[in-house]
Amino acid sequence: MEATLALAGNPNSGKTTLFNELTGARQHVGNYPGVTVERREGLHAYNGHSFHVVDLPGTYSLTAYSQEEIVARDFLVNGGTATVVNIVDAANLERNLYLSLQLLELGLPVCIALNMIDVAEKRGMIIDTRRLSELLRVPVVATIARTGMGKTDLMAVAAEMAETAVYNEPLRISYGEDLEIALTEMEAEIAAADFLTDTYPPRWIAVKYMENDLQILERGHAADPALSDRLKARVRQVADHLKSTLDTYPEALIADGRYGYIHSILKQGVVTHTHSQDRLYLTDRIDQVLLNRFFGPIIMLTVMLGLYHFTFTYSEVPVGWFESLFGWLAGWTDAALPDGLLKSLLVSGIIEGVGGVLGFVPLILFMFLGIAILEDSGYLARVAFMLDRVFSTFGLHGASVMPFIISGGIAGGCAVPGVMAARTLKSPRERLATLLTVPFMNCGAKLPVLALLIGAFFAHNEAWLMFGFTILSWAGALLVAKLLRSTVLKGEATPFVMELPPYRLPTFKGLAIHTFERVWQYVKKAGTVILGISVLLWAMMTFPGLPDSEKAELEARRTAILESAPPDAVEAVADGNTAALSEPAIRLKERLEALNAARAEARLRHSIAGRIGTALEGVSQWAGFNWRVNIALVGGFAAKEVVVSTLGTAYSLGETDPEEREALSDTLIDAPEWSPLVAISVIVFIMFYAPCFVSVVCIAREAGSWKWGLFSMVFNTVFAFSLAVLVYQVGSLVGG
Amino acid sequence: MPRINMRQMKDNQSGTIAAVKAGGELGRRIRDMGLVPGTDIKIQGRAPLYDPVALRTRGFTLTLRNREADHIEVEVA
Repeated sequence: MEATLALAGNPNSGKTTLFNELTGARQHVGNYPGVTVERREGLHAYNGHSFHVVDLPGTYSLTAYSQEEIVARDFLVNGGTATVVNIVDAANLERNLYLSLQLLELGLPVCIALNMIDVAEKRGMIIDTRRLSELLRVPVVATIARTGMGKTDLMAVAAEMAETAVYNEPLRISYGEDLEIALTEMEAEIAAADFLTDTYPPRWIAVKYMENDLQILERGHAADPALSDRLKARVRQVADHLKSTLDTYPEALIADGRYGYIHSILKQGVVTHTHSQDRLYLTDRIDQVLLNRFFGPIIMLTVMLGLYHFTFTYSEVPVGWFESLFGWLAGWTDAALPDGLLKSLLVSGIIEGVGGVLGFVPLILFMFLGIAILEDSGYLARVAFMLDRVFSTFGLHGASVMPFIISGGIAGGCAVPGVMAARTLKSPRERLATLLTVPFMNCGAKLPVLALLIGAFFAHNEAWLMFGFTILSWAGALLVAKLLRSTVLKGEATPFVMELPPYRLPTFKGLAIHTFERVWQYVKKAGTVILGISVLLWAMMTFPGLPDSEKAELEARRTAILESAPPDAVEAVADGNTAALSEPAIRLKERLEALNAARAEARLRHSIAGRIGTALEGVSQWAGFNWRVNIALVGGFAAKEVVVSTLGTAYSLGETDPEEREALSDTLIDAPEWSPLVAISVIVFIMFYAPCFVSVVCIAREAGSWKWGLFSMVFNTVFAFSLAVLVYQVGSLVGG
Repeated sequence: MPRINMRQMKDNQSGTIAAVKAGGELGRRIRDMGLVPGTDIKIQGRAPLYDPVALRTRGFTLTLRNREADHIEVEVA
């Protein structure tokens, strides 16, 4: 038969390890509609049964505060026939059962996988699974997800439950006299009115009203406003009474009640301790070093530098393969097709676009692998712990550091994997603020532009200026984060109530699946959009092309050059003979190249991008940018290093390779409209303006809405422009 | 037994939670992790910048910012 299994459990309970063990590579990662919570599902075959397994997000509770909790609860309640496998960390039984009780209060068909039973035993805890099963009145199976132990027994139990469609009477926990009288009354009223009872048990609804659960209050109000108001009034009465007599809240008594219930169960011979609970475990010993006030930060810095190198140095080799592959493809297409729009579209639009999409793959792969190792081992939580003080000052979270570093916090990263690394952040506002500010970091693509301008105008202070701009990018990002968190992302800091999980060796299977799924998701979801935009940008830089009058004029100049040169020189150049050209032939070649460069410049100026750049000159001159700079900046939206090559074209130097920029550098030094002040103004603008479109696509995807992608383009550009104007105007006043 | 604020506890000091004076999301998160009155806790240490604080309870380690720990009153020996 076919049945759905929902895996529910605390974070770090080994839930995902069990899921991987059950489904192997036959799994699918997506998103729950409208939220950024990952939805993982897969198939498991057992003894003629086909299970559709859903790995619910890890939660400590089933309140309605976080997206994860709402998603998990909605799935459990509306999932209908799903059998729930509740993964419980045996070494952490007390706290894990808190979620189990809430599943039982919902009356769900639950079986418990008592996971990591080996760790519990090592800690001197002997757990009587049969006794626990009797007391909770649900099946309990001891498992070790990492080795697969207990998996078959667990599936046998789940299969039996799915077949017999057991219906559990919702668990009733006594919450003490103060609440019980009100709860009983409310339950009776709810049951009599059939208030939301098609979805939830009546007592559960009463408890949720008592807990002030916003989702249930909203649904209740929609279903029967009058009854909902009566229930709320009753809760308020109880709450006021509790406040005045005991100085506490109804939800506090409910939590007390649940923990009291767990305590009473565990006391009845479920757990026996063979040695003291207070002894130091391996994790504590490791933490004594890794969290040490002095060594902790040093080790952390080393680990982050290591991750950075791992991501960007080791990915260079596969990135190089992709580059040569696409370079070869572009070269082959270039040679095989006649000059024209089709060739230009194929080479500059599609091949470069696909190459652009895939060029990020090794980076993303290495980044996710590195982060997965840090996360699964438990170290990432320690990093967040050590740095939270700094980041929370700016309205961020300790875990924001990873996305910042990867995006270029150490100059030379990339915002695309950086934005994706923000997935490790669970608090929504802090996460958005991180997503929106990481593109300010000096990524590897901005470096050639910075190097060009600094090299041209500040050749003697190169190292200091590079360092200064790295500091500036951090300062800008953190201050903007603070600004966002006090305006558009205003709101209380998400509590830093976080578990420091025991250190564990990551499993190879977990790492492989984790990394592969995410990379594939990027290629599939982001890749198509990126390719589309890349073609669009190509069109912007190409169309509408030169007007006929200018074409004719350029053609006339070409004819004039060819006619004025000696025939043998024309022949030698036409043959493409590069060796041993005669003096006149070399001169002719140079003149033709200059003409080609002039044509490229004219074409660029007539393109849509060029027209935008020219039209903006009136505004951009406030920051000292002429139309050539504007066009280059428009081009930079494709990728920041394109600024260099576009600037080269705009200055009639032909395509400038970002790595060979001496000619461009000399031109800029000589150009009257350029000065050190303009260079600084341009650098500041490039550091902070709209992220490249690949980053924008990723921000939109990770934030769950295009609104935020658009926001990052508009806001960053306005912000960068204001800074550039400030720099240029103040600089002109002081210097002039 | 004297009652003090969790922020005032020293490293390695043990105590029993007397009250959690927080409602809303913060209160819920604190309680969900098992920090309810009557629970034994021990301060395990603090981050290099003295905030957040790490504490041991019910066999696992938990972190809290100081301003969140302010809502928790602890009876210490």
